[in-house]
Amino acid sequence: MSDAKTMLSCQNVSIRYRVGDFKNIGLKEWVMRRLTGHYQAVDFWAVRDVSFGIRKGDMLGIIGTNGAGKSTLLKAISGIMEPTRGRVSRQGQVAALLELASGFDGDLTVKENAYLRGAMLGYTRSFMDETYDQIVDFAELREYETRPFKQLSSGMKSRLAFAIASLVKPEILILDEVLAVGDGAFRRKSEAKMREIITGGATTILVSHSIGQVRALCNKILWLDKGRQVAFTDDVKGCCDRYEAFLAGKTA
Amino acid sequence: MLRKLLRYRFLLEELIKRDFKKKYKRTILGVGWSMLMPLFTLLVMKVVFAQFFGRNMAHYTTYLFCGNLLYCWFSEATNSGMLSLYANAAIFTKVNVPKYLFLFSGCVQTLINFALTLLVFLLFCWLDDVPFSWRFLLLAYPVATLLVFNVGIGLILSALFIFFRDIDYLWRVFLQLLMYGSAIFYTVDGFPAKMKFAFACNPVYRHIDYFREIVLSGAVPSLETHLTLAGFALAALLGGIFMYKHYNTTFLYYV
Repeated sequence: MSDAKTMLSCQNVSIRYRVGDFKNIGLKEWVMRRLTGHYQAVDFWAVRDVSFGIRKGDMLGIIGTNGAGKSTLLKAISGIMEPTRGRVSRQGQVAALLELASGFDGDLTVKENAYLRGAMLGYTRSFMDETYDQIVDFAELREYETRPFKQLSSGMKSRLAFAIASLVKPEILILDEVLAVGDGAFRRKSEAKMREIITGGATTILVSHSIGQVRALCNKILWLDKGRQVAFTDDVKGCCDRYEAFLAGKTA
Repeated sequence: MLRKLLRYRFLLEELIKRDFKKKYKRTILGVGWSMLMPLFTLLVMKVVFAQFFGRNMAHYTTYLFCGNLLYCWFSEATNSGMLSLYANAAIFTKVNVPKYLFLFSGCVQTLINFALTLLVFLLFCWLDDVPFSWRFLLLAYPVATLLVFNVGIGLILSALFIFFRDIDYLWRVFLQLLMYGSAIFYTVDGFPAKMKFAFACNPVYRHIDYFREIVLSGAVPSLETHLTLAGFALAALLGGIFMYKHYNTTFLYYV
């Protein structure tokens, strides 16, 4: 694997995030605050100096506690955000699925949503025509095909989201908390699917709070804490052990 | 950009379909409802203003309809365009897609409404005994420039709406003023030169005037008029492109 090409790399990526009560204020309020000097937008570094690179066929697990900067980093990787400093370079198409079940439309049917999602991920109509049956069968939603999406349970929604994401075969796939969904049977099925994707040579990034999943699936691991990079290593087992010890230390 | 548009054609089609289905919630009358709006306004104006402004004018209904047709299109396109980006925040904060597609989708929809109303307009012209000529083909020009202008203003407004939610309210007030200031139901003939200049600076009025020259006067508007319309469209579009380019990765902090 050592000569496989680098699919994605981050060099010293830092992301400054803006927070403050500047949201949802109107123009009038904004002008008033500017005039009176009450306009407050606080910047903080959500991700600081993160560097890593992954090659074709790698599956990178990103771990860290809430607020460690995982989702922000993923947004930079998928191109939704731009890093304030540093560089993200990607070779190939990125299919990012952040918070999977959101972004579906409650008024559309399962089929319409599947096509819309496929289109968002950059696939063609003919590809979706070919793959659609597989997607519905994998998600086990055949009998709900023409139902409006809002009538589905949240588990069903996530199943569809996962099915689309995993069947469309992107070059770089980003999965944020996806495998935490579905019932036991579907979870096993989706884990099997994940293995298939990895052996199929796709490059995948998995963000999960389930250390078990990361241990089982990933061959590289990135540990973030408060935006900083604690570790980036091939030693998944060692890193997971240390992370678990770290978590245990926190609760003790 | 054109190549990108081609790549995202499937997404644009799906968005158009989605917006269409959502708007009409699979109702039977569907698009018919949206056409009723300009027609009702026309009816009311005809009843109210014909007494005051229309007494000395031939084809007053057609005169009114020219104004209404274009004003309603502009108003509908910019109003729906303004909300298009914000309404899709759940998508663009999760998936990296060109953000202007949401606006384009809305614009296609208002364009369809406009096209249907335009057909009714031509029917009214015929009923009103307006002589048809080859010059009617030139109407495609103001339609094209106003479409680009609508897209440009829509881009600017939808970006602003992300930052300032009360733009919505301010814009509605502005549209109301614009309606009275676009000589929809009166003529500009009696105004002093200064006011006439103000009318000449009003893009919506200029488009309406183009329509009237062709339909009612049977004349081809001047080259200067053509250039001005193109200028308005280009300026609005460049403004919109600037907003989207400049704030592309900033929007998500505000939603």
